[in-house]
Amino acid sequence: VAYLCFYSVQLSNMLAAIIMLIFICFCVHFQNTAGQFFSSGHTNNWAVLVCTSRFWFNYRHVANTLSVYRSVKRLGIPDSHIVLMLADDMACNHRNPKPATVFSHRNMELNVYGDDVEVDYRGYEVTVENFLRVLTGRLPPSTPRSKRLLSDDRSNILIYLTGHGGNGFLKFQDSEEISNVELADAFEQMWQKRRYNELLFIIDTCQGASMYERFYSPNIMALASSQVGEDSLSHQPDLAIGVHLMDRYTFYLLEFLEDIHPASKSNMNDLFKVCPKSQCVSTPGHRTDLFLRDPGSVLITDFFGSVRKVEITMEAIHLTDPILQLEDGEEVQEKTYSYVDQLPVSEIIHQKPKQKDWHPPDGFILGLWTLILLVFFKTYGIKHLKHIF
Amino acid sequence: MGLLSDPNRRRALISLLTRLNAPICVLCYFAAVCWFMGLSFEPFTLRTYMSENAMGSTMVEERFPAGERALATAKEFGAHKKKVGGMPVDWLVKTMQARGLEVFTQRFSRTLPFPDENNERYIVEGTNVYGILRAPRAPRTEALVLSAPCSPGDDNNQAVGLLLGLAHYFRNQVFWAKDIIFLVNEHDLIGMQAWLEGYHHTNTTGMDWSPLQGRGGSIQAALSLELSSDVVTSLDIVLEGLNGQLPNLDLANLFYAFCQKIGVLCTIQGRIQRNDWDSVSGYSHAVQTMMLMVMKQASGRSWGDHGLFLRYHIEAATIKGINSFRQYKTDATTVGRLLEGMYRKLNNLLERLHQSYFFYLMPSLSHFVSIGYYMPAFGLLAVILLLRALDLWVQLATPPSRNEDGVADIEQSSTGVLSVLTPLVISHLTGAALYMLPVRFQEMAVEHFQVSETEAVVLTAIAVYTGGLALPHNTHRLISGEGTEQGWRVLKLVAVLYLAVLLGCTALINFSLGFILALTLVPVASFVTPHVPKLLSAVVLVILSPAFTLLFSVFIFQELQEMPVSFQDGWMLYLSVISQGILDHYLYGSLVYPLIALMVYPCWLLFWNILFWK
Repeated sequence: VAYLCFYSVQLSNMLAAIIMLIFICFCVHFQNTAGQFFSSGHTNNWAVLVCTSRFWFNYRHVANTLSVYRSVKRLGIPDSHIVLMLADDMACNHRNPKPATVFSHRNMELNVYGDDVEVDYRGYEVTVENFLRVLTGRLPPSTPRSKRLLSDDRSNILIYLTGHGGNGFLKFQDSEEISNVELADAFEQMWQKRRYNELLFIIDTCQGASMYERFYSPNIMALASSQVGEDSLSHQPDLAIGVHLMDRYTFYLLEFLEDIHPASKSNMNDLFKVCPKSQCVSTPGHRTDLFLRDPGSVLITDFFGSVRKVEITMEAIHLTDPILQLEDGEEVQEKTYSYVDQLPVSEIIHQKPKQKDWHPPDGFILGLWTLILLVFFKTYGIKHLKHIF
Repeated sequence: MGLLSDPNRRRALISLLTRLNAPICVLCYFAAVCWFMGLSFEPFTLRTYMSENAMGSTMVEERFPAGERALATAKEFGAHKKKVGGMPVDWLVKTMQARGLEVFTQRFSRTLPFPDENNERYIVEGTNVYGILRAPRAPRTEALVLSAPCSPGDDNNQAVGLLLGLAHYFRNQVFWAKDIIFLVNEHDLIGMQAWLEGYHHTNTTGMDWSPLQGRGGSIQAALSLELSSDVVTSLDIVLEGLNGQLPNLDLANLFYAFCQKIGVLCTIQGRIQRNDWDSVSGYSHAVQTMMLMVMKQASGRSWGDHGLFLRYHIEAATIKGINSFRQYKTDATTVGRLLEGMYRKLNNLLERLHQSYFFYLMPSLSHFVSIGYYMPAFGLLAVILLLRALDLWVQLATPPSRNEDGVADIEQSSTGVLSVLTPLVISHLTGAALYMLPVRFQEMAVEHFQVSETEAVVLTAIAVYTGGLALPHNTHRLISGEGTEQGWRVLKLVAVLYLAVLLGCTALINFSLGFILALTLVPVASFVTPHVPKLLSAVVLVILSPAFTLLFSVFIFQELQEMPVSFQDGWMLYLSVISQGILDHYLYGSLVYPLIALMVYPCWLLFWNILFWK
């Protein structure tokens, strides 16, 4: 009998071990795919795109912002997650020879305005106060959702600013300025309220690098179109319209982004190389010391694209199943209809706890208990077995 | 500050002042003249540049195609003008309406104070026709004006034709943010004055006009076109306006920038720019150009139809097409394109032109001298007057040590004021007479003498002027007792300070006028005393008087324009200049004639009185 028992113990041991091993492998496999999915730690994407200057001769700033908007939307961030702030309406400006359009390439190659642009803050609503309120979330309760940055601690946010700037400030609307200290404090408020997971800050103004000098919150990466003491230059004039259409940095940024698709694997190091001094005349700069991950492992689509692989389509979808029609003459069942009780309060108050269905224990738990029992009996001898049975 | 309060130091300073007064004055005078001449030396000037950000560069595509059609319209206009014998109002109204403008007319009439022999008019009646191109999408708050005069004969037909051609082209564009008013004015400046007064609801010159039925908002800028030939060899810009006011330099910069872009030869004062500033002839060319501008500004006349806009803070300039004997001709399409480019840029303006200078001198179209650079020239002349005044003050403060004045000293305090006040009052009364008599008594003059009204006015003016010279002898008959040494000093002190303030104020508003008057009057003011040789100083004083300054200016002006005149012609020109000056004052409100008659001439008379002080 002991001989048989010994054999059976050995067998059960091995069985339990095998079951354990299989289970651990399964868990590890889960971990890997989940890890790929959540390596950046973000679950949703937001974008805040701001153009701060008005007047017809600042056409290029609106075109800058709209071209970034276009790229971001194409890569998958929906309008509900984009806060677009344009300080002036160039498309409907009286001086626009092509009304309802904003072009980014000369000879009117590319109209970045289109008919699906959703501007959230327009005209005189683009102020320093509104911008900071959007970032920090301190908006009055009556503010509609489209004007809010409803990010959480798992959001990656892209912030793009363009306009006229100087050493340490950015001019809003010809009447006020935001300083780099204010901006850094706003980001710190966002960090403390856990309103972002990672933040990418891009600025295209003169002396743009001065705006990111004062950041001190973690997980911020910043890019600027020019260093302190340098001017960011405009790219190309269109003679028919009579103004400069884009700034150089954003023009080359747009060209770079046109090559990115929602599944592309380009990382931030490629973005840092956009617009070298030979093309931009100014020296673009970047700051990565506050960012925890290595920029080489950060995908462009982590900020410009969306976690969900959304594809915007302009085509109509053909429904394959025909909708069955009731033939004439068939009786339509006459039955009184009533609405389901939406809030069955009485049922909730008086309801009894529901009987849960009984599930047999999982294999894992079974195996664990078997293992414990076997170890016990091995240790303390088989003679105690008779005490149990 | 021991320097001024310590009596010893003060005495030392004062003695220094009195000793060196004359040399310093002479030095300052020559320094002022040298500074002024040096202004046109190219390294001392600045290149012109566009200051207005909203206008940007010449970054615009001009596409005006219809130059030939404009010339055909011009011929039609000329034919109708000849048929009607004046302004073809109905044809203009019909043509403008055909081009899609809102057309209105304005009738005006004015009886001149005396007949204008230069333009041969006395009772003027006319009609202005203007069409408004409404901005397609903008509110009607701002406007731009393009005007062309309807001149008698065959002049300026092409200007009206081009205006109508541009109106047709502009009407088809959607990018106008301001209304554009196309104005054809009759009787050049008089019609323009009537239109402007009607537009702004002011009536400063007593003209009779019908109110304007249509308006376009506040006018931001205006251009007046003068084109009398089918092709031009160069385009000239005229900037000087009424009372020497100039438009914002940005307007001239805009014109120059477009001339360079399109490749049209552009001039100012009708003189082509030269590049050899380091040679003597190049420098003298620049000096002559600047002197022409100075003289035109000093005359206070409006040298183009644009000059009347400036008073309403509307930046305006006149563009003249010149056809001379050069090989390269520019056709009407190119001129149209230049104007189209300028108007597209003016369309981009957000506020009135104000970023660039309002006070400047231009030795050439690409260089300018701003007020900060040319004012020290006048400042040096003003310093002479102040030094002289200080010198007189010092002399008045120290009691005289001569015995012969002992008796007079006691009486001086009582008769001092009277002896000073009397010449003052009488001089100003003479000035008032010079201002009022010529026009008031022209009928009487015509009755008594065989002269036309214009000649009567001018000759009366000269007569009153010369009559003032005889005053000192008669003034002294009025005052009992004789003048004193103190008396003339006090009078001279008052006169010098009065002249300083007068010239200072004039130079601020019209630098050229102030500077030219200062050049002649400051030496008069400094050296005249009763003790200088009478005959010689009298001759010098008369030669340096305002009337003779005007005579010399006329001759110099003709020389500069390379049309020198003989003495006879010069004299007739001088008389017509005086009559035009008086007419300008009555018709448009020019202030040169009242300034000279009521202020400068009495001031000069005071010095004349001092010379003949007994």
